Amino acid sequence: MTGEAGPVMQIGDTLLVSLQGDLDDITVVRIEEHLTREVARTGAGGMLIDVSGLSVVDTFIARVLARMVAMVRLLGAEVAVVGIQPAVAITLVELGVPMGDLDTALNAEKGLALLARLRRDGRRRAY
Amino acid sequence: MRTEPGPVAAGTDDIVISDQTDLIRVRKALRAQARSAGLGLVDETKLITAGSELARNILKYATGSRGRLRAEQVTADSRRGVRATFTDEGPGIGDVDAALTDGFSTSGGLGLGLPGAQRLVDDLTVTSAPGSGTTVVIEKWRR
Repeated sequence: MTGEAGPVMQIGDTLLVSLQGDLDDITVVRIEEHLTREVARTGAGGMLIDVSGLSVVDTFIARVLARMVAMVRLLGAEVAVVGIQPAVAITLVELGVPMGDLDTALNAEKGLALLARLRRDGRRRAY
Repeated sequence: MRTEPGPVAAGTDDIVISDQTDLIRVRKALRAQARSAGLGLVDETKLITAGSELARNILKYATGSRGRLRAEQVTADSRRGVRATFTDEGPGIGDVDAALTDGFSTSGGLGLGLPGAQRLVDDLTVTSAPGSGTTVVIEKWRR
């Protein structure tokens, strides 16, 4: 199975999307563009990206994810990345990919709570 | 969550690396080899990720963006593991030590590819000289 972004769902003004499978570089860049446009088109205030369906995240995919989060924030929305698999988290930290800027949560429920908190309190006071 | 069962134990996988979609084939082959060798999920993920970085290096640097992967089972002292050999006929690496240092990049990337891959496996060996291509061998052993 090659990778893809599942359908973008909307709950209130929050977009939910799930990344799945094995992403090649072209696909991940296409997803980045698509999701950034979706945020602009819908005027969403938050986006939840579920990556629990990704069994491998290498430096390129991680970098595009971080870039996408930065873009979406520029559009005025908050982003939470949820569901990073433990093996992927361990691998990313050992790889040395700087992911500290991402707001992450264990699962979608906690991610929605995180988004609500970020949007209520602002980035700096969220922690 | 494992979304797909790995192919049944294969002794050796040979894969041509010549475009983006080959990254997927590289990861798939390494996943199959990792499962044949009985690596745990974390080690499997590390091996696949390291291989993904090395395959991308080939697409980025090698002449005509072409190279190949040979992935195989290895045993030593009754331990099992996977060896993956990435070769290309590219420009070669002038300074291997520098290329293995975090943050060193000639491509404007993060410079994490080679040193990052090295941290993810038990052994990584680079054989290269300017003009004569590059061979990177990685090994990951079952604990």
